[in-house]
Formats: sequence, C-alpha cells, structure tokens
Amino acid sequence: MKFRKKQATTKQEIPTASLPDIIFMLLIFFMLTTVLREFDVQVEYTLPEAYMIERIDNKRLISYIWVGRDGRIQIDDNIVRVDDISAIMYQKRVEIPNLIVSMRIDQYSEMGVVTDIQQQLREADALRINYSSLHRL
Amino acid sequence: MLKRKKKEGATIPLAGMADIAFLLLIFFLLVTTIDVDTGIGLVLPPPVDEAEEIEVKEENIANILVNATGEVLLDGQIISVPQISGTIADKIRGNPELIVSVKTDRRTPYNVYIETIDQLKMAYNELREEYARQNFGIRFQDVTREQLDQIRQAIPQRISLAEPE
Repeated sequence: MKFRKKQATTKQEIPTASLPDIIFMLLIFFMLTTVLREFDVQVEYTLPEAYMIERIDNKRLISYIWVGRDGRIQIDDNIVRVDDISAIMYQKRVEIPNLIVSMRIDQYSEMGVVTDIQQQLREADALRINYSSLHRL
Repeated sequence: MLKRKKKEGATIPLAGMADIAFLLLIFFLLVTTIDVDTGIGLVLPPPVDEAEEIEVKEENIANILVNATGEVLLDGQIISVPQISGTIADKIRGNPELIVSVKTDRRTPYNVYIETIDQLKMAYNELREEYARQNFGIRFQDVTREQLDQIRQAIPQRISLAEPE
C-alpha cells in the first residue's frame, strides 16, 4: 500500500493586504495623542520632590511657568518680568477658561518670587495652580 | 497608421503604501511625549478686593510659619517637617472645622514650602483614608465618583495661603 502524506491545500502566506490599515490605525492614535507644541526651556531648574503628587490628566489645559535657579521667569518661549505675568495669564485664561497653571520652579528658589507670581496669578484670576514636583521614593 | 498597443488597466501600486504609513508612524512616535505632568494641585484664593473678609475664630486656625532658614513653627511651637502631617491630622480629628494657614518668609526655600504643603496633603489623605474605611469599607483609592464627592464634602481641604506682607 502506498501512503501519501497529507498536505494542506490552503496557501501558506499571511495576507498582508490589510497591513496598511493596521499601520494607519496606529498612526491615527499617535496623531491624536501628540501635542506638537513643545517649549524650548531656557532656564535651568530641578524640581522639588513630594509624596502626595497628583497627575494632570488633560495636558491641553496646562500652561507652564518656569522659574530657574537664577530667578529668571519663562512663560511660553519668552523670559518675562514678574509684572507682566498677570496680563499674559489673563489672555490665556480668556482662551482656556479652566486653565491650570503648572509652576515648574527650581527647588532652591526663594519663596519671594513664588509669592509674587501667585499674586500676579490671582490678579489674572488664574486660580488653579499646580506645583510641579517629582515623586519621592 | 501605427497601431497602438492596448494598455492594460492602469493601477497605482499599493505596495509602498505601508512604507509611507510606517514613516509617518515613526515620526509621530518620536514626537509624542507620553510622560505625564505630576505635581501638587492647589487653588489660590481670589484677589483681595473681591473676597469678603471672613471672620474665623481663633481656635479654628492652625498657623504654620516657615521662616527664612526653613524652620517650621506650628502654633508657635517648633516642629520638624515630617511631624507636621501627624500633628495636623490629630488637630483636625479634634476640630473638623480647622483651617490650616501657611505663611512663609520671602527668603524661605521653595523645597521646604513644598514639603510642608505635601505634609498637609498627607494629613488630609490620611483622614480621607480613614473616612473611606469607616463609611464604605474600602480603600480611598478604590472609591467611586459619588463616594469621592461625599468624602470631599465631609473632609474638605482647608489650606489657606496667608496674605504676604
């Protein structure tokens, strides 16, 4: 008797016709999650550490203020004076009513500059703030 | 007359499509920042001229003073920073109406201030944890939205940043 090895009759290739669709789906995901605007930070800072930190879910609501070790203040891409903050922040709050101001302040700064910024923010009615800090282990 | 060759059906080759999509994908992968912003959230008081002066009884205020060298005074007594959360939590248990007022000097180091605020947040977190366990029997991080609202109402964070001089 002659035995014949059984052979599948189906094709052995993986169909690649839908590969572009999968890639496009990934692409769309990354396009939607990307926030293109990144800032060129001109001041040098190290953030303080804390235990009870929360995460800000909506990145689009955030506006940043950097304060460097040398006391310079940066908003967006400009170094600004303390007195100008309230005008700038008021403008931002008109655009985004539930604005969150994230303050990225060097840990060795003095409270004087922080208090001044907070006074300016209160004038601009931008009251939701966040002291940006890292998780302490 | 020349006889033209009959053209085959004109098709656009689709094989390169995946490559184009891959290039775009790689671009967006590189520019995407996944890191999330973390920090201590706080709401500033409204500007002075809008806010009405609210009289608060002396016994309902806990005064925290951080001086220029980073020493902390709680109601006139010197206290080390890690002790703040326990002490404040005890005080709030004794008097749920307590408002914690934080005052700093212009030369106070920022990191001490953050540590202090962190300690206060810790105290409130401890109390909320207790409340969640007693009333719902679950951990604070597992509560539902409605329960969270209830907890927030029961134990509000009353942190007041003192008006600078």
